[in-house]
Amino acid sequence: MKQLFAFIQKEFYHVFRDKRTLLILFGMPVVQILLFGFALNSEVKNIGVAVLDNARDAASQQLISRISSSRYFHLMEPLLSYDEVENRFRSGKISCVIILPSRFGNLLYQDEGAPIQIIADASDPNTATTVNHYLNTILQQHVQEMNAVLPAAFNIIIETRHLYNEEQNGSLNFIPGVIALIFMIVSTALTSVAVVREKESGTMEVLLVSPFKPFMVLIAKAIPYLVLSLIDFIVILLLALFLLDVAIKGSLLLIFVESLLFIITCLSLGLLISNVTNSQQAAMMLSMAGMMLPTILLTGFMFPLENMPGFFQVLSYAVPSKYYYSIIKTVMLKGLGIAYVWKETLVLVGMSAILLSLALKRFNIRLS
Amino acid sequence: MGTEMDKVIVCRNLTKQYGNFKAVDSINFEVNAGEIFGFLGANGAGKTTAMRVLCGLSYPTSGEAWVAGFNVYHQQEQIKKHIGYMSQKFSLYENLTVWENIQFYGGIYGVPHAEIRKRGRELIVSLGLEKEMKKLVGELPLGWKQKLAFSVAIFHQPRIVFLDEPTGGVDPLTRRQFWELIYEAAAGGITVFVTTHYMDEAEYCNRICVLVDGRVEALDTPSKLKSIFNASSMEEVFYQLARGAKRKSD
Amino acid sequence: MKTLRYILQKEFRQIFRDRTILAIMFVMPTVQLMIFPLAANFEVKNVRVAYIDHDHSSYSHQLRNRIAASGYFKMSGNPGSFREGLELVERGSADLLLEIPAGFERNLVRDRRQQLNLSVDAINGTKASIGAAYLSSVISDFVKELDLKVKSPEGIQFSPQVKVEIISSFWYNPHTRYKYYMVPAILVILLTMIGGFISALNIVREKEMGSIEQINVSPVKKWQFILGKLIPFWIVGIIVFTIGLLVMYLFYGILPEGNLLVLYLFAAVYLVALLGLGLLISTLADTQLQAMFIAFFFMMLFILMSGFFTSTDSMPHWAQRLSESTPVTHFIRVVRLIVLKGSGLAEVSTELGYLALFAVVLNSLAIWNYRKTT
Repeated sequence: MKQLFAFIQKEFYHVFRDKRTLLILFGMPVVQILLFGFALNSEVKNIGVAVLDNARDAASQQLISRISSSRYFHLMEPLLSYDEVENRFRSGKISCVIILPSRFGNLLYQDEGAPIQIIADASDPNTATTVNHYLNTILQQHVQEMNAVLPAAFNIIIETRHLYNEEQNGSLNFIPGVIALIFMIVSTALTSVAVVREKESGTMEVLLVSPFKPFMVLIAKAIPYLVLSLIDFIVILLLALFLLDVAIKGSLLLIFVESLLFIITCLSLGLLISNVTNSQQAAMMLSMAGMMLPTILLTGFMFPLENMPGFFQVLSYAVPSKYYYSIIKTVMLKGLGIAYVWKETLVLVGMSAILLSLALKRFNIRLS
Repeated sequence: MGTEMDKVIVCRNLTKQYGNFKAVDSINFEVNAGEIFGFLGANGAGKTTAMRVLCGLSYPTSGEAWVAGFNVYHQQEQIKKHIGYMSQKFSLYENLTVWENIQFYGGIYGVPHAEIRKRGRELIVSLGLEKEMKKLVGELPLGWKQKLAFSVAIFHQPRIVFLDEPTGGVDPLTRRQFWELIYEAAAGGITVFVTTHYMDEAEYCNRICVLVDGRVEALDTPSKLKSIFNASSMEEVFYQLARGAKRKSD
Repeated sequence: MKTLRYILQKEFRQIFRDRTILAIMFVMPTVQLMIFPLAANFEVKNVRVAYIDHDHSSYSHQLRNRIAASGYFKMSGNPGSFREGLELVERGSADLLLEIPAGFERNLVRDRRQQLNLSVDAINGTKASIGAAYLSSVISDFVKELDLKVKSPEGIQFSPQVKVEIISSFWYNPHTRYKYYMVPAILVILLTMIGGFISALNIVREKEMGSIEQINVSPVKKWQFILGKLIPFWIVGIIVFTIGLLVMYLFYGILPEGNLLVLYLFAAVYLVALLGLGLLISTLADTQLQAMFIAFFFMMLFILMSGFFTSTDSMPHWAQRLSESTPVTHFIRVVRLIVLKGSGLAEVSTELGYLALFAVVLNSLAIWNYRKTT
């Protein structure tokens, strides 16, 4: 037993001595959380808009000032002619052009109304469609106000409530995603590399002829990475809690237990990888490309799963992080209990069991 | 420069320090042209560190040294033109062929193209590698790799060749053959500076310098050392010197 | 000069013998360009709406039908109460919850106004905001139709005095397909990984193996070594870029609107900048694992900030400035400009300036940091 401790201690030294990797391991989630929390959001605002005002009358001026006062838009230099439109788009400074016809003020009172042309740069389809919607809304509102002296038109007001995210912190779904990613990196990639390093340097054989059971050796190698993952996890939670004011709604115990479960799944995966590869480079490649890529693509936190072709969606069922992500979202952000996540939990338990037993079986085979 | 032409390496109070730790502690010695000079010591004694300073790979902390007449502080690039180097960790590119390695090292040391072909052919023949010329070095057995590495290290006919534990991991017969190459080189006028922790190899050198804890504890020919320490082998000499060593090897 | 020739000869021989690099050169662009765009689709569609109807009037039914027929939404279940609707959201079966109160039709006819309650699952902010925007525009379309159809109780046909006719057109991507937006950007990401990762790993591998020491002890000069690494990988990068362009055309039918030469000019400069970064990373790492992590960290940072996922317009000022100081941002912008809008050299010359600046700064840092003697 004492020997096992000494062995685990050596592993800890290994891990914590590599300052550069540690820096990245902690720095990366911190940076990601900061970015997602403060810098990145998919709200549409400050969109560059330029107006070609052929009318220059009171009505057009009113409309333009209305647009410029909207927080969605950033009014840029006015256009002087239609020819300029192409160039302005090509410089990339504006996303949208509004063209007002001459005699705009008069045309407004015609039967057909005044034609307003909106040209949206659809390179970014989402922005374009949203910009189009917003502009339409603003223009309609403007028109309604002009008609205010008359009996009001139909008006439906929509009161919007943001569930689970009253502060409207952009997107919260990145937090479980970042956590899952870190677990993958630490528990799968690093563990597999550590075990293979032992194989490469030949010390693995020394360990195997020792009185340790082979499965104990594997566990001992995995423990420092489990601890590292947990520390990282706590750091991320603290950041979310204090820096982003994200409330952790569900049971902390449940969150912790589920995270531990997922870490074990990742570790099992790492151990399996270390068994099928012989060089550190191969282990790294397999972990990073083989595991991380599917995690980023198919978990659903970066790219919406429902938009992907069926094949991808089917594939995503084999990716453990998809289940963890769903569990954490439901428990941590929605505040719900085990009743809502028992299915996913069971899947993770099953995956861990299979991976771990595969890893051990292969390990034992090599010995004989 | 202040040194005689004959002394290819001169060290005066050379020290290399990391923080408070003195890896090389004020060593003094001189190496003559054409000598086979051995640097003996346990792992961690400072052999490799000292060698790296002399090769221009590392700045000394204090003291002075000249290699091939050039100063190790200011004239490293000049030094590098006149020396050859072979370390145990790496000698040749495993994914290049024998011939490609020769071509590369000859080329970067400025050997003219025609000379590379000529000397290269001679080298291959003398090592008996005609059939292996187009083979990747990674496919060669360790002993052949080492002999090839040494030959490549002196390909550009440097004044001195530095060898850092060149014979690790091969059997005694191959080691003996390797040393024959070293004798040949020395006979041709190349000074050989070799570090080793194999005691029997110490006997092959003209002079031995024993390093313990970064300091020179003994410097003389093997026979003289054996008589001074009343020992029948270099092993005994070393054991007596190293007993007081405070530094454990890695 | 001759030394450089020998170095290049060795590097090329090694590269072409390295199966991994060859696989990367040919397989990676193809695979990435084919798989990523399939996944990287941020279109908002199939938003699931749980419609809680307390009114059960013809208006509320009409509204429901409009929403269902709009093409953006999928109706989810038939909740009878807010509680039931919330349950759907909790279980993950619904994204939006629209509650129609009792008296909806009556209030509209009598007072011409009505308040509706919309709850969005705001964990996924994108879906929430865009979905809500779509829903409100469907509702306002519904209202416009009511305007035209209904007579007021006084029997007077209500018609507004002021009217506008809005004509919208979408340029450069008339069908608003996401792939036109994503594929060029993914091409840039590809190049970024090659330039940053592969070069860094290659040099650090030499460090780990010890072959760098052999170079440091030889008369090879710093600049010769560095150029010896830069040039071959630059060529690899250009080849990958070309393959990427081919895949983009053959697989997606995207042909750059603008000048190919200008595109290549940018790619060339960009690669130099990225290789400089890779070189810099290699001076900071001692093992391949470290190099991989450091490279991964920077790549992730740059890609997130670059406008690939989220538009740079919506970033706070400090983030925008940060974004402008990474080369990836500029290249992605330029690639989209040239490929989709046909921008010419004159329009993007400032970006070229930025990229050149990056190339100079990164490479200088790397050269300064690389020591033959430590």
